[in-house]
Amino acid sequence: MSLLEVKNLKKTFGNNEVLKDISFTVDKGEVLGIIGPSGSGKSTLLRCATNLEHQDSGTIKYNGTFGLVFQNFNLFPHYSVLKNIIDAPLVVQKRDKKEVLDKARELLKKMGLADKENAYPYQLSGGQQQRVSIARALAMNPDILFFDEPTSALDPELTGEILKVIRDLAADHMTMVIVTHEMNFARDVSDKVIFMENGVIDSYGTPDEVFARENNRVQEFIGRFGN
Amino acid sequence: MSLIRLIQELSSGMLVTLEIFFLTLIFSLPLGLLVSFGRMSKFTPLRLVVKVYISIMRGTPLMLQLMVIYFGPYFIFKVNMSNLPTNYRFYAVIIGFVINYAAYFAEIFRGGIESIPEGQYEAAKVLGYSKAQTFFRIILLQVIKNVLPSVTNEVITLVKDTSLAFVIAVTEMFTLAKQLASAEVSMTPYIAAGVFYYVFNYVVAFIMEKCEKKLNYFKA
Ligand SMILES: Nc1ncnc2c1ncn2[C@@H]1O[C@H](COP(=O)(O)OP(=O)(O)OP(=O)(O)O)[C@@H](O)[C@H]1O
Ligand SMILES: [Mg+2]
Repeated sequence: MSLLEVKNLKKTFGNNEVLKDISFTVDKGEVLGIIGPSGSGKSTLLRCATNLEHQDSGTIKYNGTFGLVFQNFNLFPHYSVLKNIIDAPLVVQKRDKKEVLDKARELLKKMGLADKENAYPYQLSGGQQQRVSIARALAMNPDILFFDEPTSALDPELTGEILKVIRDLAADHMTMVIVTHEMNFARDVSDKVIFMENGVIDSYGTPDEVFARENNRVQEFIGRFGN
Repeated sequence: MSLIRLIQELSSGMLVTLEIFFLTLIFSLPLGLLVSFGRMSKFTPLRLVVKVYISIMRGTPLMLQLMVIYFGPYFIFKVNMSNLPTNYRFYAVIIGFVINYAAYFAEIFRGGIESIPEGQYEAAKVLGYSKAQTFFRIILLQVIKNVLPSVTNEVITLVKDTSLAFVIAVTEMFTLAKQLASAEVSMTPYIAAGVFYYVFNYVVAFIMEKCEKKLNYFKA
């Protein structure tokens, strides 16, 4: 079953055609990696898919709810870690307080942050903040989770902890769409990979297909990235 | 005149000064927030009108604004001054202070609101908060923390500005001190008034500092 169906998506900023007829689907339990050079439209695609931007034409069909993890976390600085996670489930989804608290604590434990529930975001490292923001997104019980370069704002030595969290989610069959510049990670965590260039999907397929030696454009892009 | 007598004489003025101070804050802070929304509105005519209002309020002396509001009904609308309510003087002072301070507060709030990163709104939107929930739950406290130092400056200025009510003969603290000083041929009433304003401001600064400390538990 497709959880997400994007059809003929187009988006222009001024006279800059950023997305030119993008179509793809994401199945339940699938991890879709999106790679491509800077400015190719990856973030714009995610922003359209999450309603932060409105497409000029095309359709986006969901069979479920979604969450988004931002590059720079966007935690609420005046809320404690726990409150960041429970506020929207309580206020927006109006769920039962005890159930939400249990869920939040379980997520914090999973993220290795059980002892941080009363901390404020400024007291945490970037990696810890990103783990809180992933917990915040998961607490809403989304059917799909989008990530826009979740490790790009982190010091290199902290990217590993976030990639591990995402790998664990993949192992739990969480449906995810992940924009990333971490090529090795994209290659081994994804079920399908999209390589975007200049607002079009240049290649789509399994990691082995997209990263195949014969795929010159992807090879050239990876070469430029050096991993 | 004994000090006790002097303070008794001045106390009714102190009361009026306090009234002007608190009424101005109570009305101008929320009005300032509304005005800041107008100033940031996507509806251009509203934005321009608000911009002109703010620039007039900030670009002309408050003393002059008080006189225009007090004498305006007579000179502009030919209203007989004796038909106005007996405490119109006092209302005019409050109206003048409120619309003047709302303009200053609006600019402060606008700066505070615009300094909130777009990501806060986006995170809230993706989590499903409504516009009102986003503003009151996510944005407002961060704005308050941002603007508190500037608001403190304005509030301290307001304490001193209350003395401007004397131009339309509202007998607040300073008006009385002036009358007493000339009746008694003495500096003492002025000194007493000075001490009053100083202590008032000291208390204001103390309270505002407490508020700032209260918001120190988080950092943007
Ligand atoms: N709000 C906007 N207004 C105008 N132009 C925009 C806007 N957002 C993005 N663009 C432009 O759209 C193009 C694609 O941007 P986008 O952020 O989607 O690229 P990206 O693939 O995510 O790049 P990166 O890898 O650097 O994050 C760029 O040329 C960018 O300048
Ligand atoms: Mg991007």
